[in-house]
Amino acid sequence: MKKQNSYNAQIPAIQRMIGLLVLYTIILSACAARPATPAAVEEPRRLTVMTHDSFAVSDSVIEQFEQANNVNVSFLLSGDTGTALNKAILAKNAPLADVFYGVDNTFLSRALNEGIFETYNSPVLGDIPPEFQLDPQNRALPVDYGDVCLNYDSAYFQEKSLQPPATLDDLLKPEYRSLLVVQNPVTSSPGLAFLLATIGHFGVDGYLDFWRGLAANDVKAVNDWNTAYYTEFTRAGGTRPIVVSYNSSPVFELIYAEPQEGLPAPSQPPTAAVVNDETCFRQVEFVGILKGTENLDLAEKWIDFMLSPAFQEDMPLQMFVFPVNSQARLQQTFVEHLQVPANPVSLSPDEIADGRETWLQAWTEAVLR
Amino acid sequence: MTAEQQADSSGRAQRAWLPYLGLWLLPLGFLTLFYFYPLANILAASFGRSQAGALAPFQEIFSSPYLLKVIWFTFWQALLSTLLTLLIGLPGAYLLARFDFPGKSLLKALTSIPFILPTLVVAAAFNALLGPQGWLNAGLMTAFNLAGPPIQLTNTLGAILLAHVFYNTTIVLRMVGDFWSHIDPRLAQAAEVLGATPGQALRRVTLPLLAPTIAAAALLIFIFDFTSFGVILILGGPRYATIEVEIYNQTIGFFNLPLAAALAVIQLACTLALTILYSRQSERLSRPLSLRPQSYTMRKLHTCHERLFAAVMVTILLVLMIAPLAALAIRSVTPVGSIARVPPGQPADSTGGGTQDGGSRSNFTLAYYRELGANRRQSIFYVPPTTAIAISLAYAAMTVLISLFLGLPAAWALAHSQSSWLSRTMDPVIMLPLGTSAVTLGLGFIMALSRPPIDLRASPWLVPLAHTLVAFPFVVRSMAPALRSIRPRLRHAAAVLGASPGDVARRIDLPMAGRALLVAAAFAFTISLGEFGATALLARPEYPTVPVVIYRLLSQPGAMNYGQALALSTILMVVAGLGMLLIERVRFAEVGEF
Repeated sequence: MKKQNSYNAQIPAIQRMIGLLVLYTIILSACAARPATPAAVEEPRRLTVMTHDSFAVSDSVIEQFEQANNVNVSFLLSGDTGTALNKAILAKNAPLADVFYGVDNTFLSRALNEGIFETYNSPVLGDIPPEFQLDPQNRALPVDYGDVCLNYDSAYFQEKSLQPPATLDDLLKPEYRSLLVVQNPVTSSPGLAFLLATIGHFGVDGYLDFWRGLAANDVKAVNDWNTAYYTEFTRAGGTRPIVVSYNSSPVFELIYAEPQEGLPAPSQPPTAAVVNDETCFRQVEFVGILKGTENLDLAEKWIDFMLSPAFQEDMPLQMFVFPVNSQARLQQTFVEHLQVPANPVSLSPDEIADGRETWLQAWTEAVLR
Repeated sequence: MTAEQQADSSGRAQRAWLPYLGLWLLPLGFLTLFYFYPLANILAASFGRSQAGALAPFQEIFSSPYLLKVIWFTFWQALLSTLLTLLIGLPGAYLLARFDFPGKSLLKALTSIPFILPTLVVAAAFNALLGPQGWLNAGLMTAFNLAGPPIQLTNTLGAILLAHVFYNTTIVLRMVGDFWSHIDPRLAQAAEVLGATPGQALRRVTLPLLAPTIAAAALLIFIFDFTSFGVILILGGPRYATIEVEIYNQTIGFFNLPLAAALAVIQLACTLALTILYSRQSERLSRPLSLRPQSYTMRKLHTCHERLFAAVMVTILLVLMIAPLAALAIRSVTPVGSIARVPPGQPADSTGGGTQDGGSRSNFTLAYYRELGANRRQSIFYVPPTTAIAISLAYAAMTVLISLFLGLPAAWALAHSQSSWLSRTMDPVIMLPLGTSAVTLGLGFIMALSRPPIDLRASPWLVPLAHTLVAFPFVVRSMAPALRSIRPRLRHAAAVLGASPGDVARRIDLPMAGRALLVAAAFAFTISLGEFGATALLARPEYPTVPVVIYRLLSQPGAMNYGQALALSTILMVVAGLGMLLIERVRFAEVGEF
């Protein structure tokens, strides 16, 4: 009885399964189908720009480019700088985009050694000071820069009647004990930049002694900028009044200060950057045309556009970085408050590429273990 | 194993798996296309870059004391976290399963919120509660007149364990709690009548019945903790690394892709071994049961003991899971400047609010919420919070649909042909996506699915498909035990009485498994709503989800940006809480009574 019953039940079961499958397939294909667009007379072309997730730009600026060239620009944001670059490298035989923007001087050698970029001698390069042009073959063209510097909480030092540190060596003094928070250079881009600043200043033979000294002076290391700036730094309620951040951070503290009811907007930033000689590391970001693009002419136009004042002047408020084009003008707030280091540390991309792994491992040994 | 079950399975043994193959086709096709294909792609590309062959990176791992230490740490922190989560979760599940009390559905909704929060938000919440100037430290410093904050949260093992418990307790509450609520209380009562103490009844009767569900929940939690990334990175600090963190470091920091791929393979192998072990065990553990409607198993708190237990348990859940959320919400309406700032070496009461103007400021502001609606920078990627919520909800709805659509046939097949070779093979396979390195798979997704034959670049389907990879195992795991526990005799009886298999499914299985279906839907919904890692890589920048917008705000300096991130996090919590309350209310026609 039982057996027979389940045998009978089996046949419709199979039929039902098949029926269900067909139904599933129909639903799936209905979902996947896309409405066909009628072919326009002048269909705009498409340019794809691959970049990191800090990328931002004003609507009006992009529109300018799109209208002038009858093109739709789409952006492929692909994680942080390192992740985005890795993707571009892994896909180099069949590029995912026409242009890659956002590789910085700490990653530049990786990009150039992997040969992902086409050479492009943009006419706009004439307006860009040579110190930014780190690739003599112009495969990677400089777009913007920013400096990684020590930031301090002005109110803290005022209350304590303490001088803020003026040099990197100052950080070893007992009065700055337990006051500094830095980022792990393995996981954080400003963390790496600050490590490079110490290597540039103390040299490859001296930087580890400095870091051992910092460790003895109770430096705190965390993995990301966020935790350093928004948990450990005194501005947001932490206990460390000195933090590794950008030279621009104080200005943005002013621009994005909270409105206080009944009080005028603050006129001075609540924090300041230490921009004395050889205390900061300059990060330069580059753009390049990805090898294998089918839109070479558009890609070139896009790069000219990124280097032109229209785009360059839009960057500071969108991405917190500054123009390399000497024709670009800064907003008044930046002119008044931005502290720019006259002599940041500089290391060539090749030096960085060669030393990177050794330095990171040595740093980990000296500071964490 | 009962006689009827034995007869049932041996009768089917020869041919029974055949119709189930049809059920597996769709889930398997999905996994092949969106999991195995991208994974194979990235592993091949990574190992291809190893000059010394694909085995060399494995040799490197096994000869490196540091990497072996990382693997060892990954294991024991996951084990410890899982045990702690069960320790808190099981009594909580008992409370929710057996007792009816005012505010219960609110408590259930609130305790499921942590699960959806992106790690950065959890870090901000813990900071508001336990950070240097968090409630607890500020309170302790004032109370004992201490010079500095006594509790150090960041860069400790405690922070890692706490965050894992915070995140995953809801898995126990939901999976075990819901199953428990359908177990007939008379079974344990009968044991007590026959002379067993309540402890014995629990140990000998209730726990064995619960064992498959507890094992399923523990497995999911262990795998989550085992592959933990954000919690370790942000809260654990630079001294702790799991395999997943090391994969990230090797991929991004050192660009050693072969080593990263080898680590990813080891991580995957561990998950696979564990899952196989689990499915062997769960087969042995599972028993058919008469499930009862909740209205039947649930009772009011009667005795003093019960009230005390409920009070203690609710307090623990509130402190552990709700207090950080509350602290975050309060921070989102507190001006940053009015947070007391106590420099080290200075007693809390002597600073007068920390800044000169501290006293004159208001302690309440809605400025952060107002600012969310303003696109001051005219960025092309700006979306108002309502749009971000709509985008998040749309993705979540798509994830629920796709994952139920794929998960139901899989769970059904698993439950009804448990001992066939097909189920034995598929059971561990569906868990693989959870144990796979997100860093690795993320790269693979972009590489494999962004060019012909499958070009999903910029397709809105990419995000819910990625979310489904994570949600799918949860759906199957919550559904299978419930479907499996339905007595075959009931289904046979219905068939004998003339019901078609469809009728059996509709009239027997669906009502009995209806709750589990809701649990599954809730998991899919929350997983999608809170997912950040994959979304950040795959979502089109013009259509960011709420976690993506929060992350953007958090990576910019300025009090206004931080405040807005907290405000949007609070909105996300509210939306998730409301969503959970709504899911709790859903009743299918016949499912309602269960």
